[in-house]
Amino acid sequence: MSAALETTGLCKNFGALAVASAIDFRLERGARHALIGPNGAGKTTFINLVTGALRPSAGRILLDGGDVTALPQAQRVKRGLARTFQINTLFRGLSVLENVCMAISERLGVAGDIHRPAGSRREVIDQAYAALERLGIADDAPRLVRELPYGRQRLVELAVALGLEPKVLLLDEPAAGVPSTESGIIVEVIESLPQDIALLIIEHDMDLVFRLARRITVLVQGAILVEGTPQEIAADPRVREVYLGEHVSP
Amino acid sequence: MTSETAAPLAVEALVRGHRLRLVEIAPWLIGGLAYFLFPDYLALGAQILIGIIFSLSLDLILGYAGIVTLGQAAFFGAGAYTAGLLAAHGWGEPLSALVAAGAVAAILGLISGAIILRTRGLTLLMLTLMISFMLQEAANKAGSITGGADGLQGMAVWPVLGVFHFDLYGRTAYLYCLAVLFLAWLAARRIVHSPFGRSLTGIRENEARMHAIGSPVFGRRLVIYTIAAAFAGVAGALLAQTTQFVALEVLSFERSGAGLIMLIIGGVGRLYGPFIGVPLYMIAQDRFAQADPVYWDFWIGLLLILVVVFARGGVLGLADQLRRRLRRTR
Amino acid sequence: MSAALSIAFHGVAYAMVLYLISVGLSVTMGLMGFVNLAHGVFAAAGGYVMTRLMNGHGVPFPLAVAAAFVVVGAASMVVERLLYRRLYGADELSQVLMSVGLIFMSVAGAKFLWGPLAQPMTPPDYLSGQIDLGFRAFPAYRSFLIVAGAVLVTLLWLGLERTRFGARIRAAVDNRRMAQSIGINTTLLFTWTFALGSGLAALGGALGAEILAIDPGYALEHLIYFLIVVAVGGLGSIRGPFFAALLVGVTDTGFKYLLPEFGAFFIYALTLGLLLWRPQGLFGRA
Repeated sequence: MSAALETTGLCKNFGALAVASAIDFRLERGARHALIGPNGAGKTTFINLVTGALRPSAGRILLDGGDVTALPQAQRVKRGLARTFQINTLFRGLSVLENVCMAISERLGVAGDIHRPAGSRREVIDQAYAALERLGIADDAPRLVRELPYGRQRLVELAVALGLEPKVLLLDEPAAGVPSTESGIIVEVIESLPQDIALLIIEHDMDLVFRLARRITVLVQGAILVEGTPQEIAADPRVREVYLGEHVSP
Repeated sequence: MTSETAAPLAVEALVRGHRLRLVEIAPWLIGGLAYFLFPDYLALGAQILIGIIFSLSLDLILGYAGIVTLGQAAFFGAGAYTAGLLAAHGWGEPLSALVAAGAVAAILGLISGAIILRTRGLTLLMLTLMISFMLQEAANKAGSITGGADGLQGMAVWPVLGVFHFDLYGRTAYLYCLAVLFLAWLAARRIVHSPFGRSLTGIRENEARMHAIGSPVFGRRLVIYTIAAAFAGVAGALLAQTTQFVALEVLSFERSGAGLIMLIIGGVGRLYGPFIGVPLYMIAQDRFAQADPVYWDFWIGLLLILVVVFARGGVLGLADQLRRRLRRTR
Repeated sequence: MSAALSIAFHGVAYAMVLYLISVGLSVTMGLMGFVNLAHGVFAAAGGYVMTRLMNGHGVPFPLAVAAAFVVVGAASMVVERLLYRRLYGADELSQVLMSVGLIFMSVAGAKFLWGPLAQPMTPPDYLSGQIDLGFRAFPAYRSFLIVAGAVLVTLLWLGLERTRFGARIRAAVDNRRMAQSIGINTTLLFTWTFALGSGLAALGGALGAEILAIDPGYALEHLIYFLIVVAVGGLGSIRGPFFAALLVGVTDTGFKYLLPEFGAFFIYALTLGLLLWRPQGLFGRA
């Protein structure tokens, strides 16, 4: 069976600088997979290549077995690929509910409709509200995003991505910028996501990685150093040398 | 707030967003009353109505979609010259000419938009400027067709619907413009309340996120750019038909700029911004600018700076703030 | 041959003026990220300071030019602190509108103070007439303009290359956050950079008063050319606008000389094409 997401020989060069070199990566269906690596290892670049925000210099990207390398971002989303951003990337001047409505309108293919009023699409609004309820932020539905504390905005970030009902969800440091007292809520939400969504989590916080991931890939200087189960990664001497040394005691 | 009240509140706000509120009738009451109350100012009135359509076109692309342009006069001028040339060469039927002008402007918007809308920021700003400057220079130098700097003369516009002659008092002109503005308002209102219109707001608020939720951003921007060009073209055609003259000024940077200024005074990104800003600006201009254009420029410049620094929402934004403050003290 | 030489000569003189005025704009837009349409105001102000001092108070030319630089540079610091600073990092629309407001006020102010007509600019005796270079005679003032422009450009480039102030500007243009983190006071740096850019614009306006006449509408009339030079040269670039100014100065002079019936059409078309080909300008970073 084909993987939910697969890259073969994925390369990206900025001038002479190789930020991704020959990345062969497989994300299985329903996976709980973490991508870790030191700062500047090319993790966010990898996400941008997969989503289509960046064009690769070489290599292929397969979504559910289909080649999407040449497709624009919007087409990849239609095929079930969604992402969250490391720094909140939301419609700050709109209400929380409308943020999610925006994603659901796009998924249902009604967002280009110029004739009927948006408010008459009851199904969009109801689905959006239900999504907020599932994440426990329905109380914030009428509030403007910019009025919310950052941690709450992180949940909206997730709600918008989930509104797309993705098969593959890329989470770029989902708990970044959130005080550790509040990151627990985010972890719980991620743990409770439907099992058929394949998750790729980029994360710095090792506690979080070991709690969420069943597989870990270590990226160093744009190339995959090693891949394995959390136990294998924790035990791997190379990983400890380049990355984990100071984080995890043997 | 408990979820019990929050749920209906948030959902209701969205469901009801597009319903007609009572105040929205006000512009049409005022517009109709003005016809009877100020019979000596109908020419100015028609100019104001045309200005509102032009400003509305800017509001759609700039206020809603966040495309900053300095060259919207290109489409206004294209519409004006289309209507002008038709009337000067034997086709004076106003309504069909209006449609033709809108179509020409829309095609120009579609083609130029397809070329320039892939860029952002200063580059896009420059490209919109370049297109309007090119058109203006072309119209200026093609004097044998456009009349060049002397303007296009010899227009003969037929009666509207074959019945209503354009009269010296500007009665027909005023009502004609009012009717077209009404249609433009209906269209604009429909657009901004549609899912398409909401997605434009999304693009303005955060383009990266729109890409990430699978929105065809370029296509959406191109569609609204084309629609707005048609609006501007229709406004230009109205000016040509009601004044029976087309000056080079219709393509000028000054016209693009004035449209922007009126929009920002009324409130950018709001459907009724143009309905407030344009009359305020043009009536004040009529009162003060003739008497002393130097002072007028100075005060407009100062006002602009003050609006930008202290009142980004314009008049309507200030009204919102006031209302919110009153509600809080209650 | 003679036509080509003539176009090149006048084109280069024009280019010097364009560059002096536009280089500051390139830096403001690149370094501070400010879409400043009002930069021409400082050039016009320089022209007014010089012509008023020369015509009204009999101040000698070199002194009047120097005064233009100092007075406008100093005044621009006040404007930067009062207005521009509030809008660093604001959206383009706000910046555009604020600077348009500034243009309106300056146009009205100039009209009110000095009337609607252009200020006469009479070069001093030693720069009037023609200079005979053996094979051909050239207008003396424009020859001076080219030489003075070349000297100023060299000084500017050397200054930015060799001084600490220049190193700081270059560092901040490259990477503002990095510059801040190594202890560069960017607030102060912005003010001084703004002042330098405005001072240079004033020099360009003053020295170029014979080509671009000093009248109230100056800042708006020539705005498009300053913007073209900056956009084509590449935002934030210091050398880019120089080559862009040469390109614009010479081609514009050429087109207007050879194809006057098309006016400025080709220069707009050329800019359009260049920007579509390289949206970041010829020397801008992608």
